[in-house]
Amino acid sequence: MKTYDAIIMGAGHNGLTNAAYLAKAGLDVLVVEKNAYIGGAAVSRELHTGFTYSNCSYVCSMMRQAIHRDLNLTRHGLVLVPYLGTVSFSDDGGTLVSYHTAEAEYNQLRARSPHDADAMFRFQTDLARYAQLIRKTLLRTPPDPTSFKPRDIMELLFLAKEFWALGEQEIYEYVRFFTMSAAEFLDDYFEDDLIKATMAGAGIIGTALGVYSPGSAYILLHHVMGDVDGNIGAWGLARGGMGAISNAIAGAAREFGAEIRTNAGVDKMLVRDGKAAGVVLENGEEIYSRIVVSNLDAKRTFTKIVDRKDLPPGIYEKASNFKIRGSSGKVNIALSGLPKFNNVPDNRYINRGGQAFVGSLETMERAYDCWKRGRWSEDPFIECVIPSAWDPTVAPPGQHWMSCFVQYCPPQLADGPWTAKKRNQFGQTIVNKIERYSPGFKDLIVHMEVRTPHEIEAEVGLTEGNIFQGELTIDQLLFNRPFPGYAQYRMPVKNMYMCGSSTHPGGGVSSACGANAAREILYDLKRPNVVPQDDFYDE
Amino acid sequence: MTKSDPFAGERLKHSPFHPRQAALNLRNAWSSWNGTQFADYYYDAEYEYFCIRNSCATYDICPMQKYEISGTDAEAMLDRMVTRDVTKLKENRVTYVCWCTDAGRMVDDGTIFKLGPDRFMLTCGSPSLAWLRKCTYGYKHLTVTDISDTLAGLSFQGPTTCEVLKKMGLMDIETLKPFGIMHFPFGSGSLMVSRTGFTGDLGYELWVQTDLALALWDALYDAGEDYGIQPYGEAATNMARLEAGFIMPGMEFNEALKTVHFHHDQTPFELGLDWLVDFKKARFNGRSALLIERERGPEYTLIKLDIEGNKPAEGSYLYRNKRCTKQIGYVTSAMWSPVVKANIALAMVKTKHLGENIWAEIYYEKELRQNSKVAKCTLQKKPFWAPPRARATPPQPF
Ligand SMILES: Cc1cc2nc3c(=O)[nH]c(=O)nc-3n(C[C@H](O)[C@H](O)[C@H](O)COP(=O)(O)OP(=O)(O)OC[C@H]3O[C@@H](n4cnc5c(N)ncnc54)[C@H](O)[C@@H]3O)c2cc1C
Repeated sequence: MKTYDAIIMGAGHNGLTNAAYLAKAGLDVLVVEKNAYIGGAAVSRELHTGFTYSNCSYVCSMMRQAIHRDLNLTRHGLVLVPYLGTVSFSDDGGTLVSYHTAEAEYNQLRARSPHDADAMFRFQTDLARYAQLIRKTLLRTPPDPTSFKPRDIMELLFLAKEFWALGEQEIYEYVRFFTMSAAEFLDDYFEDDLIKATMAGAGIIGTALGVYSPGSAYILLHHVMGDVDGNIGAWGLARGGMGAISNAIAGAAREFGAEIRTNAGVDKMLVRDGKAAGVVLENGEEIYSRIVVSNLDAKRTFTKIVDRKDLPPGIYEKASNFKIRGSSGKVNIALSGLPKFNNVPDNRYINRGGQAFVGSLETMERAYDCWKRGRWSEDPFIECVIPSAWDPTVAPPGQHWMSCFVQYCPPQLADGPWTAKKRNQFGQTIVNKIERYSPGFKDLIVHMEVRTPHEIEAEVGLTEGNIFQGELTIDQLLFNRPFPGYAQYRMPVKNMYMCGSSTHPGGGVSSACGANAAREILYDLKRPNVVPQDDFYDE
Repeated sequence: MTKSDPFAGERLKHSPFHPRQAALNLRNAWSSWNGTQFADYYYDAEYEYFCIRNSCATYDICPMQKYEISGTDAEAMLDRMVTRDVTKLKENRVTYVCWCTDAGRMVDDGTIFKLGPDRFMLTCGSPSLAWLRKCTYGYKHLTVTDISDTLAGLSFQGPTTCEVLKKMGLMDIETLKPFGIMHFPFGSGSLMVSRTGFTGDLGYELWVQTDLALALWDALYDAGEDYGIQPYGEAATNMARLEAGFIMPGMEFNEALKTVHFHHDQTPFELGLDWLVDFKKARFNGRSALLIERERGPEYTLIKLDIEGNKPAEGSYLYRNKRCTKQIGYVTSAMWSPVVKANIALAMVKTKHLGENIWAEIYYEKELRQNSKVAKCTLQKKPFWAPPRARATPPQPF
């Protein structure tokens, strides 16, 4: 019976990245995926003829350019196109457009609040300073602060050096920043509520926190630290949908000789003599390997896939308590035409941009209250993008599809389990809200895919539908991710590793978790490293 | 009586597409080309570049020079002027050519369209009437007409272009092969479409009499509305052509007739245009000098480089050692390629050092401070961007 060098459980984009690098280093690699398709939360599927949805993730800015370049993902079909121009809508129908030049931005802000127009420069600068530091950690393994190994000490020194380079005052600010709420952070700069609400949106996306909850400021940073071609904070679309990213990585992995099996859900991880030894599939088939890598979230991995008796004491409990509360819904809507919105100029660039129905900080907080009570919000924060306005390949000409990311939607409802009926009601809530700002919107709808955390968990395997594979709070970041002492991708069972978003640097389509894990595996195998570094250290 | 404009002589000419283009030039980002006001970009250079790679976009080629050369001697004259064999060119086909001085130094490059048995169109970047006149010595039966001001050209590039032209009603346009020409009735006249361009992607060039220019624009933009149509200027062109590995006068080569210093111009061999030089032809301008050049090998060779890091090597010197003491050449054009995700450049390197390591010394600014770094360069043989759709007939949808 064949024994693989490594089996990767899950063909999410991180699992595929991990496989690509292990195969590139010469390992005999197998990826097993429970779904009939690959990609996990970076996937595109045609559910209605002619319309290709990015079913989960929809925009891209964290993708490591160095990996794109190193794996030749363009040759494997990946083209990332930056998109511009999101309009924010306030409760009373007011709008704030995101213009493409600093001058137009300034003039617009000045018309609302001359104070805020000035403050925006300081805000952007501070955010860029914070982002710059975090960005440098993405393609690196977090050091173990308790270790005396030279690698860890070197890595700690690297971090310390970058940190001290901020200057004394900024170090205090930075530490404070990590525990602040998005609203408090923004209060420090702005007076206009729509400006604040617009910025606050990034602080709650995917998060079981409200705009006033401590920790949401970091989430904001997490969403602006990425870049497209060096434009920090910019977001792009993958031509052909987010699945194009996973498909390109899979293409590279296959070229290096990796095998990818779909419809092959893992039931259990095999452990022999205290070492990971392979997997048992849901159909009972056993496949053996010297190394097992989990792309699943930490909770799922250690409460469902690894047998509790194979774990050292305490790990099962840590995994059970891993914070992974789901809070988001996703509604994908196919449209027979481009929707028009009230109070938005008929500007060809802005027409194609995104829409953020932010309302106000108060409305966002009310939406969070609903989530806490086990209800979806009647007036949620919705972030929309119309990928087809940019990408000619995802909808028939003149027709469109709109991606609606909804904050908040609970994984469990207070009044009993999710049903198809409740899911439809949730979808209707979203449509109703958009219709308020875009009369006639409903008449354009030709198909809808409504996903609550329940569907996201059932399809992608993200526990509770948490989009980041675990919340991004300071207790679960950097050397605490997923658990303190296990942040270097090595897990408590020998020869077992993790490579999904539950590990550093966390959620988002970045390929960083998978690549970092591959680097550590190759280190343990005493093989030369083939994983590149980020290319912007001289930024 | 209206007062005449005292500055009229200072102002640039307007292209026939100007009214539409000016309305869309939101940034007032103008430069000029051959005396015509010409967009550097309209909205954002990178956005326009992505329209070329992702949807479709138009580029005004009216300021480009166009000459009609007709008569029974036209073919022979062109064949003697350019280095390529023009007699092989079939009707309704286009060919890329370059032409040289007697010393084998490059005057310019351009395209020849064969429009009839004895009728050709030559296009090129710089005014060339005087040179053409010189080249007609000894030929009686031909006329050279400058049609730059009467024929409008609009380059239309990108993956959705074929679909848009189909939607515009151009029957069978999908059967047009690269470098082919088709003609369609248009308004009171006709529209000529060639499958040519300067972007390395799927694309066409559309040609009409200047009085039909605006009608063409409107028809194209109507059809292209749902296909992401957008005008682009020089900045995006320059990005696209560099990815395609195409040379640009003033960047990769200095036109021989405008070169003051000895050998600061180039030969086709130095520019990697060997394939354009056909020594099977008994006679053409520069033949004997180029024969010697072929024997001896060019002093410099134009190469494509993939450079580590992400800082464009603009204006960089190239060295064969990391300490940067042994200089072997210089970068002619450089950029970060957003599509390929690579730091690319075209460069001139002394031919004798071609097999060796190449290092670029790159300067860049960070908040007013100058920094420099030394980056390893890798020689690249193929164009950085050459999607199959650029050559496929019919081109796959998008
Ligand atoms: C609705 C939504 C919107 C998002 N929006 C964005 C966005 O716009 N931009 C962004 O950057 N990020 C976004 N994210 C986050 C991002 O998509 C994820 O963080 C990222 O895709 C996770 O990748 P991964 O490879 O780590 O894990 P996953 O994608 O979770 O991959 C895990 C894989 O394992 C498989 N699997 C599960 N159980 C088993 C089993 N037992 N056996 C075999 N296989 C199994 C799953 O099917 C899946 O393919 C979003 C996520 C969601 C859910």
